Amino acid sequence: MRRRILPGFGLSLGYALTYLGLIVLLPLVALAWKASGIGITGMLHLLSSPRTLAALKLSFGGAMLAASINVCFGLLVAWVLVRYRFPGRRLFDALVDLPFALPTAVAGIALTALYAPNGWLGRWLMQWGIKIAYAPPGVILAMVFVGFPFVVRTLQPVLESLDRDVEEAAESLGASHVQTFIRVILPMLVPTLMTGFALALARAAGEYGSVIFIAGNIPMRSEIAPLLIVEKLEEFDYAGAAALGTVMLLASFALLILIAVLQRWSGRWAEQLE
Amino acid sequence: MLLVLAATAFLTIFLALPLAVVFAEAFRQGLRAYLSAIGQREVLSAIRLTLLVAAISVPLNVVFGVAAAWAIARFEFRGKALLGAFIDLPFSVSPVISGLVYVLLFGAQGWFGHWLELHDVKIIFAVPGLVLATIFITLPFVARELIPLMQSQGRDEEEAARVLGAGGWQMFFRVTLPNIRWALLYGVLLCNARAMGEFGAVSVVSGHIRGLTTTMPLEVEMRYNEYDYVGAFAVATLLALLALATLAIKALLEWRYGDEIAAHAPGGH
Repeated sequence: MRRRILPGFGLSLGYALTYLGLIVLLPLVALAWKASGIGITGMLHLLSSPRTLAALKLSFGGAMLAASINVCFGLLVAWVLVRYRFPGRRLFDALVDLPFALPTAVAGIALTALYAPNGWLGRWLMQWGIKIAYAPPGVILAMVFVGFPFVVRTLQPVLESLDRDVEEAAESLGASHVQTFIRVILPMLVPTLMTGFALALARAAGEYGSVIFIAGNIPMRSEIAPLLIVEKLEEFDYAGAAALGTVMLLASFALLILIAVLQRWSGRWAEQLE
Repeated sequence: MLLVLAATAFLTIFLALPLAVVFAEAFRQGLRAYLSAIGQREVLSAIRLTLLVAAISVPLNVVFGVAAAWAIARFEFRGKALLGAFIDLPFSVSPVISGLVYVLLFGAQGWFGHWLELHDVKIIFAVPGLVLATIFITLPFVARELIPLMQSQGRDEEEAARVLGAGGWQMFFRVTLPNIRWALLYGVLLCNARAMGEFGAVSVVSGHIRGLTTTMPLEVEMRYNEYDYVGAFAVATLLALLALATLAIKALLEWRYGDEIAAHAPGGH
């Protein structure tokens, strides 16, 4: 074995592990510990409560829907930003990161002001009978907003490195633009789209700040799971809050693992296509 | 061209419009109402607290990020992938849970709650809690920027410095740091934006004590819930300006130092 020339392995790794252990691991262990305090029956009781179920369904179902919407619009925006040159392109490109940079509380009140029944857009939508703020669509809207940059930023470098020869070959063999896109380009993008989907999903499922203002927070209808945790804490139901938090964490991890497996599988499939 | 139109229309309505409405609502009753809302003592103390929390948590995460990146990008050891996954963990945890875990540790009913009470130390509903929650939330930012960059740079330059007789810290300050400075700044920028804007996690540990534990995002929430819309949007304009400044510097860094920030994918496509 070669002697190490570079110094600081023990120091840097030791420091990083200690810091990570104290800041992230110890608190998560406390969470699991506290959650286990309510026992299996307590957990079943919590999970069978219609209000908890509705909140979890909204947080995770809504996040899936929002991430799917983001995949469509994210693909459109990333494609346009990479493939076309038009005035203001740099500005629009920088704007994509706004949801990363804008504090969630600000995004929350801004979206509410826009889509409330008396808001700039809400007033107009109400004429068509569409209610967004203070209803489940408002929750989805806020989730789409916070997750949007993930899909675009994951796709852009991949789109830039895409080999144009394949497209030209497809078109010279008589495929139309649309055919080329659907049968040649899209399959190569599937693994990347899944990464973007997973990132947007993870962000949206746990989202709190931007959602609570626009949601209206009506129990059983537009109440998200993180808000339910906050409410339990305010009632000093620490064990209940910890249990719900653990369920949310486990559900997020299960989804992320599932997506990672699908991604690996589709990656292999995309490679075979190339 | 139709696609360009659709994409720009979407970006305008979906992203630019919310930004515009923040300023429109803040100035709805004129400049004087805006200025008097900004000038209130609670707002000033919220600004001070936000700066304080960021000033503590960002440097701590910088030191961690550099240490973690050094270990991961320069050495081979077992469990490296696992360590990387743990560093990313805070990104997939709900902000509310990031606050909750510290309440469970240091709150009145928490693991250390009794001991803290005996020794008269306050963490939850006080500044240390806000700092801890913010550190948790922003922990991955710096490390995530540095790890891929340092991995792509390789260890040749640092090994050369060592062979030529440089000491450990000398090598770090003369070779490593200059090589990663722009990526480090990039990570600090993102870390800081999130630290100053964080809402969910600090909301759980804050207790919302006016003038003592309310950061700017919490001040926005409290004013909004009190139907003081001009006040809420006035504070929100300050945070929106922070976001715009962050985006501008970010774009500048990417444009000017793009190849010193992003890792060059080994081998290419």
